[in-house]
Amino acid sequence: MTVLDPVGHFIALARRQSRRTTLAVLAAVAFLLVACFVTIHGGAIHIAPLDALRMLAARTGLVDAVPATDALSVILIEIRLPRIGLGIVTGAGLAVAGVTLQGLFRNPLADPGLVGVSTGAALAAAAFIVLGRSLAEYLSPEILRHALPLAAFFGGLIATIVVYAVATREGRTDVAALLLAGVAINAMAAAGIGLLVFISSEQELRSLNFWMLGSLNGITWSRLAFAAPLIILPTLLLMQFSRHLNALLLGEAEARHLGFQVERMKRVMVGLVALTVGAIVALTGAIGFVGLLVPHLVRLMMGADHRTLFPLSALLGASLVLLADLVARTIVVPAELPIGILTALIGGPFFLWLLMRQRDQGAW
Amino acid sequence: MLNASEIRVVRGQRRILDDVSLQVSSGEMAAVIGPNGAGKTTLLHAMSGALLPDGGAVEIGGRALGAWPVKELARRRAVLTQNATLGFPFTALQVVMIGRSPHMGRHPGRGDLRAAAAAMSETGVLHLAERSYPTLSGGEKQRVQLARVLAQIAADAETAESNVGRYLLLDEPTNNLDLAHQHLVLAAARRLADAGVAVLVVLHDPNHAAAYADRIHVLQHGRTFAAGAPRDVLTSHLMSSVFGVAARVLNEPGRDRPYVLIWPSASPHSGATH
Repeated sequence: MTVLDPVGHFIALARRQSRRTTLAVLAAVAFLLVACFVTIHGGAIHIAPLDALRMLAARTGLVDAVPATDALSVILIEIRLPRIGLGIVTGAGLAVAGVTLQGLFRNPLADPGLVGVSTGAALAAAAFIVLGRSLAEYLSPEILRHALPLAAFFGGLIATIVVYAVATREGRTDVAALLLAGVAINAMAAAGIGLLVFISSEQELRSLNFWMLGSLNGITWSRLAFAAPLIILPTLLLMQFSRHLNALLLGEAEARHLGFQVERMKRVMVGLVALTVGAIVALTGAIGFVGLLVPHLVRLMMGADHRTLFPLSALLGASLVLLADLVARTIVVPAELPIGILTALIGGPFFLWLLMRQRDQGAW
Repeated sequence: MLNASEIRVVRGQRRILDDVSLQVSSGEMAAVIGPNGAGKTTLLHAMSGALLPDGGAVEIGGRALGAWPVKELARRRAVLTQNATLGFPFTALQVVMIGRSPHMGRHPGRGDLRAAAAAMSETGVLHLAERSYPTLSGGEKQRVQLARVLAQIAADAETAESNVGRYLLLDEPTNNLDLAHQHLVLAAARRLADAGVAVLVVLHDPNHAAAYADRIHVLQHGRTFAAGAPRDVLTSHLMSSVFGVAARVLNEPGRDRPYVLIWPSASPHSGATH
């Protein structure tokens, strides 16, 4: 193939690329809206989308309330809607954290759950709940509950730093060391949480299952209102690092030669990932594989450019967590399945496939 | 001018580089040659700032390397290392555009695309622009990476910037390349030097250095063995004492560049001095 006018050709390519990206973002937004509607509708009690709209309108005073729908209205507004909000920020946050970790480790196998960031955060959250009892004399339960995401942040931060120190030498990540460090941290965190659950009668602590498999159950507007900014803000900040991560994928020395302050940006990104994941885990426990599965699907369709990868992963992550949560709370009605079981059912085999493919490519 | 003076790099008890000094002027192509382990790559790392030497100083354009704002330096100086690996599905064009990062905002402008097109045409990879980088052959990857560093320091044609004050450091750019592409890549580097860029290139093959470089710097055991114009440096004595091969150096009248003929050795180590 000879290109007579390469510059014109590249300009056409760039235009086509940005058109494709716009279309993909629109499609992902539409998919998310559909997921929201399906999630509003489905569950132990069905709410028709039109009724839902009418109830919302009544709530905001646009139309008069219909008495017969009062109970439904409570379910919708106090239970289902905050849960949808949590699902969106959780999915988007986990997917963006996954993209960032994969860029930092320069390996598509990194995932907040697999490398131990989520469970590190979960252990810290559980420990804080138990220790918090002795602080209860000095601090109100409300403050303690709100400090939970920060405690989880430190747990996630420590886990990330440990994994990075174990797996990375001179800017190169050893995949085996990365995954084994994750295995070790996950095992230790599970043991720690199990012990805490065993010795403590704390109501807030919930169960080992909650921390290790996750659930969007029991979210209230007030908790969501406090934690959502702690998830959304670092997620949006991480998405500003798209060009940095593109360069970093070439190698740390290469990124430095391209004029990026690699050490500083790595520290900032690790902190933001820990904050995002910590705030999520404090509310939902450790939901695995979202950060692994979603970015990979987007890369398969749209390539690796982080300027596209970040927004699409955030949107797709939000949709997938919403749908997984819908299945989790409808499949064994009236009981609920931990959402992590579902994400692991899909993500686990996918992870094995990725591992085999990487091995065949001689990646390690 | 790229100026390294009395660079010393020590690892444990071993001096990997021992007081090596080297200058590359604008418009000049300098080659560093030497056997494996002589310290060629370490010298390039020290001169690129990837490695902080234990002694000595590196200056670029009269300013100490560490005193440059990183972004400003990245617009004028590019480095091709040996280990730029990439397993993610970028297209070749996207990889080259990453080279334009120091120049552009979030999205490339026309000048950036023009620089990419020119660089990809120089290294013969225009036709690969839409291919996924991980699916390319080793040689194709190498040429895409070279296009990336060329695009990084490309002068903006519209502002008619000068090439003086631009620097290109290449670590064994001919690796993985077949014969024709080895010469294509070296000729591209030569053209840049002729256009005013200071080019420093680490090479394995003395004949590549002889054919393209203005000056050759020979390293052995981390020390400068010889430095100067190709015809002054390349001798059969040097070939046997540094590279351990029996060779004859042809200096044909009328040709200012020597050519090294290497004899097949009788025994594996004949002529070696270590």
